[in-house]
Amino acid sequence: MTTTTKTPPPVDVHRELYGAQLPIWGPRVLLGGAVVVAAALYLLAGVNIMMAALIVFAISLLLPIWSAVVEGRRKATDRLVTVLVTSSFVLAMFPLFSILYTVIDKGTKVLGVDFFTFSMRNVVGEGGGIYHALAGTLLITGAATLISVPIGMFTAIYLVEYSDGNRLSRWIRFLVDVMTGIPSIVAGLFAYALFVLFFGEGVRMGIGGSVALSVLMIPVVVRSTEEMLKLVPNELREASYALGVPKWRTVSKVVLPTALAGIVTGITLAIARVIGETAPLLIIAGATDSVNFNLFDGRMASLPVFAYASQRNPGVPPEFSIDRAWGAALTLLLIVMLLNLIARLVSYFFSPKGER
Amino acid sequence: MTSTLDPRRKRSTVVRPGDRIFSGLSTSAGILILVVLAGVAAFLTIEGVPGVLASPDEVKSGQSFLPYVWPLVFGTLLAATIALILAVPVAIGVALFISHYSPRKLGQVLGYLIDLLAAVPSVVYGLWGIGFLAPHMAPIYQWLEDNLGFIPLFAGPASATGRTILTASIVLAVMILPIMTAICREIFLQTPRLHEEAALALGATRWEMARMAIFPYARSGIVSAAMLGLGRALGETLAVAMVLSVSVGTVSPNLISSTNPSTIAANIALSFGEASGKTVNVLIASGLVLFVITFLVNFAARAIVDRRKEFSGAN
Repeated sequence: MTTTTKTPPPVDVHRELYGAQLPIWGPRVLLGGAVVVAAALYLLAGVNIMMAALIVFAISLLLPIWSAVVEGRRKATDRLVTVLVTSSFVLAMFPLFSILYTVIDKGTKVLGVDFFTFSMRNVVGEGGGIYHALAGTLLITGAATLISVPIGMFTAIYLVEYSDGNRLSRWIRFLVDVMTGIPSIVAGLFAYALFVLFFGEGVRMGIGGSVALSVLMIPVVVRSTEEMLKLVPNELREASYALGVPKWRTVSKVVLPTALAGIVTGITLAIARVIGETAPLLIIAGATDSVNFNLFDGRMASLPVFAYASQRNPGVPPEFSIDRAWGAALTLLLIVMLLNLIARLVSYFFSPKGER
Repeated sequence: MTSTLDPRRKRSTVVRPGDRIFSGLSTSAGILILVVLAGVAAFLTIEGVPGVLASPDEVKSGQSFLPYVWPLVFGTLLAATIALILAVPVAIGVALFISHYSPRKLGQVLGYLIDLLAAVPSVVYGLWGIGFLAPHMAPIYQWLEDNLGFIPLFAGPASATGRTILTASIVLAVMILPIMTAICREIFLQTPRLHEEAALALGATRWEMARMAIFPYARSGIVSAAMLGLGRALGETLAVAMVLSVSVGTVSPNLISSTNPSTIAANIALSFGEASGKTVNVLIASGLVLFVITFLVNFAARAIVDRRKEFSGAN
């Protein structure tokens, strides 16, 4: 009796379980190769940057094809989607960096002390600056902040602390949502229609710009303040009531200070949002070449309108005016970025730590 | 008898003047918002109605209201729709990348980068569109006309400056991308962990997991994000006003020629400075039309969001 003991062929357990797979370095090497090829073409053959990006994208499409051969259809689809999703992110980054690069590249030409300390009064051709526009922007936005912050904060306090979800509060919430969607130019028309009733046709006033900006700013302030007040734990309120503190002092001394960092962040972001608004100011604040510090008297320049007008009506020769437009755009962008940074820092450093 | 039944003893709380003032202030602030919004509608109507009723020879355009406003409505809808078609797939892709594909720790930083796009003022977008994008798009439009000219959208003649409605739509798409990405990202992150893990445990690839667990959960959120983006695109003024080279009264689907329909908002911005008399009223009336359109779009978006709130409560 002879028994032939067959030794089973060696089994690759991993392969049995997972099927054939691309080597783990496959995607990385392919992507690296694509970048190297594109960079070489960019540097040596003078392909422009958009084409280089397209080449990287085209080569990375080889990955799903390779995967389809080795791994099968399902995994190939998965890899294709990974490539597409990642490319969509890169695609979305492209305008951001393009905008930053273009504005910095073209805007730094005119920056200098003169640019910030001179107005455009009696300036033809080269020279001149944005002093009048900077002053106007700060005044108009400042007044808009003064109008919107109290209204927005008290509305949020009403919604969170006093309303108890009654019908009025539901209406207010709904209409705040509607206000968020008002196009900025409609806010400008509203301010114009309002001021025309009192001052007659063709009215242009800085304060009108503030009113228009407030219409855009109030809903942002209400929303962010409301979210922050809701985050304040109820135990704090109850502890305060238990000590016999009246409601209004509870709100002003306990609830508001706890939520303050978040509220300040929200207000700063709201300012950053409206300071770049052009359309309403174009309608109601107008444009001028002179410095005007009086919100209630006549036309008032502002940075975004200045940038727009300089680009639109550059005069002869046009290049100086267009340079100033880019300079104003860069200044505006820096202000907005600075406000965003301040908002992040405030919320990072001053928000209460205990509750996380 | 001592008055143990003094009615004043029944009052459990003391109302202090401070309390009255404070609640009065906050209630009136809330009511003020209602008044402001009613004011927006009322003042626009008061100033707009004479514009609707104005006879053709009283206004600059020499047209009565409907023929005047129709090409503008067409341009507004066309530009916003193309922007939406371009932006929605990218926004979903970016949101998915940030929420599920990128490393967890990087996600927040990448999200912040996208939010930076939202911080860029519209006039800067306008300058970028006219100074960078339009010149770079012009050769592409020429190519489109030469090779795809049989499609009415690309009939041409291609604009040499690149200042077409397609360029304006691309700028609009970039502008509405951050808001849509932010909403989609939030909703993708809210997908129940268990749904995702169940899909993966059944052997789904990451894409199949996204298709079976994330998208069904997020569908209404994506729709409302798209609607909010549409609302933004409809009302955006300056970027369009600067980029577009307008010829008044055009209604054509041609995306790459130099004769483009204007949008309501851009038209107001461009014409308001020189307008006087009844022409101003016509412009305000067109603003009212824009207000109504965006109101309807936003209203629909909010309704979808609210409906979603109800059913996600069961999850």
